[in-house]
Amino acid sequence: MKLHELTIHEAQELLRKGEISAVELTQAVIDRIVEVDNQVKAYLTVTPESALDQAQEADDRIVAWRKNPANPLDPLTGIPLAIKDVICTAGVPTTCGSRILENFIPPYDATVIEHLRQQGAVILGKTNMDEFAMGSSTENSGFFSTRNPWDLSRVPGGSSGGSAAALAADECLGALGSDTGGSVRQPAALCGVVGLKPTYGRVSRYGLVAFASSLDQIGPFGKDVTDCAIMLQAIAHYDPRDSTSVDVPAPNYAQALAPDIRGMRVGVPSEYFVEGMQPAVETAVRAAINTMAALGAEVDEVSLPHTEYSLPAYYLIAPAEASANLARYDGVKYGYSRPEVEDVWDAYRQTRQKGLGPEVKRRIMLGTYALSAGYYDAYYLKAQKVRTLIKRDFDEAFRKFDVLVAPTSPTVAFKIGEKVDDPLQMYLSDVFTLSLNLAGICGISIPCGFADGLPVGLQVMGDAFAEEAVLRLAYAYEQATGWHLKKPRL
Amino acid sequence: MDKRSQETKLSRVEVEHIAELAKLSLTDAEKERFREQLSAILEYAEMLQCLDTEAIPPTATVLPLQNVMVADEVRPSFSREDVLANAPQAEDGCFKVQAILE
Repeated sequence: MKLHELTIHEAQELLRKGEISAVELTQAVIDRIVEVDNQVKAYLTVTPESALDQAQEADDRIVAWRKNPANPLDPLTGIPLAIKDVICTAGVPTTCGSRILENFIPPYDATVIEHLRQQGAVILGKTNMDEFAMGSSTENSGFFSTRNPWDLSRVPGGSSGGSAAALAADECLGALGSDTGGSVRQPAALCGVVGLKPTYGRVSRYGLVAFASSLDQIGPFGKDVTDCAIMLQAIAHYDPRDSTSVDVPAPNYAQALAPDIRGMRVGVPSEYFVEGMQPAVETAVRAAINTMAALGAEVDEVSLPHTEYSLPAYYLIAPAEASANLARYDGVKYGYSRPEVEDVWDAYRQTRQKGLGPEVKRRIMLGTYALSAGYYDAYYLKAQKVRTLIKRDFDEAFRKFDVLVAPTSPTVAFKIGEKVDDPLQMYLSDVFTLSLNLAGICGISIPCGFADGLPVGLQVMGDAFAEEAVLRLAYAYEQATGWHLKKPRL
Repeated sequence: MDKRSQETKLSRVEVEHIAELAKLSLTDAEKERFREQLSAILEYAEMLQCLDTEAIPPTATVLPLQNVMVADEVRPSFSREDVLANAPQAEDGCFKVQAILE
């Protein structure tokens, strides 16, 4: 058994039994990064020395636990993880994939990082992403493009493409990403791993660099559903430092992982099977739905009538929020700066012009326009009203169904460079994921087959705080099929 | 392209106005590219106008939250040194900016 290929729960078992040490495990994953990351390019920053120090501390905890097993050992103790570079890590650069934050070193840890450290997890480094999480291919990174481990000429999806690719290439055992319109689920689908977007408010956003504050949520990636549940458990806590964190105790997600889904009401939204979807994706997803029915789920069609309006509503709301959030990058408090310019306004203009990439500028422009005098009602306010209609569609559907299932993305991983010059085509990559962010509900993407040798993702959607139902169906399907066991050849 | 779409298209002057609001000194090439791309995106967004939302309240956040208050008490904060560590220019324990008044 190669140590870097282990899942979190397998590694946990071996660490507890003393068959491996956290230092051995961490060294094996660092060796793997050295071996393959020059091809995959998933990481922006790797911190091997600090990772090995954290692993040594984890080994000390495990020794102490063995002497006194009365104190439970946290599930992530000694587990090497990768973190999307939009989540603040004290003392370690956090660039958001942007040149404007190239030298930014946060003085504090995000709340989720504090939780991981408390559990004794090992942080390997920071992963590549579309600049400020704006994109669906990781090509908008200000540094370089990450490649899909299944086919190095293709994108890993985005914006959390580095985290998804690192996990698919066994360059970590689990990872964190962020999902504003599909940025965890879509790369999970394109890289053949599991990715979960929690309910809005389930996970603290403190220390997550803001893109669109009413939509952003941190979510875990795992090699299987069990690992995703373990990661979610570690980060799903109320946090008074985030005023949108919801004070609802997290259930024990592991208990949701039962292979029995008999009688579970599964809705299939007809609007998610549309023209333009790759036929092989539809075939794989339809087969997955048949498998669920065979496992005893009660499958039926459902309508979410405002689905087609999600994309235009999202691409007004998210850029509007982004244009306000990104006003802070003015070269005064942190980041790239052009202070040699005489005039203060020119310093701002040139700092932002030089420091920000094309997609970020495009969205700032779009959002500024949607919020500007004379256009606010027609664009931003209108989009917010449509958001209400989209949310009501889901509310109605969840009266009749426990979960909904659909494709995660209309296509498998596309070629690097294929969509960079056509923003609308790129935005369509998120057409099945962003409605969940607008509604604030949860969803997971799990592998459900292959099309031309590339992974296809199945999306399971749940109502607000219904992560258990989502995990239960995903787990039962995974155990019945085993698609998650396939690995890319690197 | 029908007449309505033509009217939606942004003009160069509008692009320059938005860029100034957003404090971006775009190049001429960027202004033209954004004029085309943003026009296409806004044309696509026109489809929202066919929904009757007269009686629909807007959703700014999905949470049923109103104001969240914290106790007004002195708590530990970052040191001045930590806060200024990332500053491009600092002087006398402050961020340094260009003069804004003559």
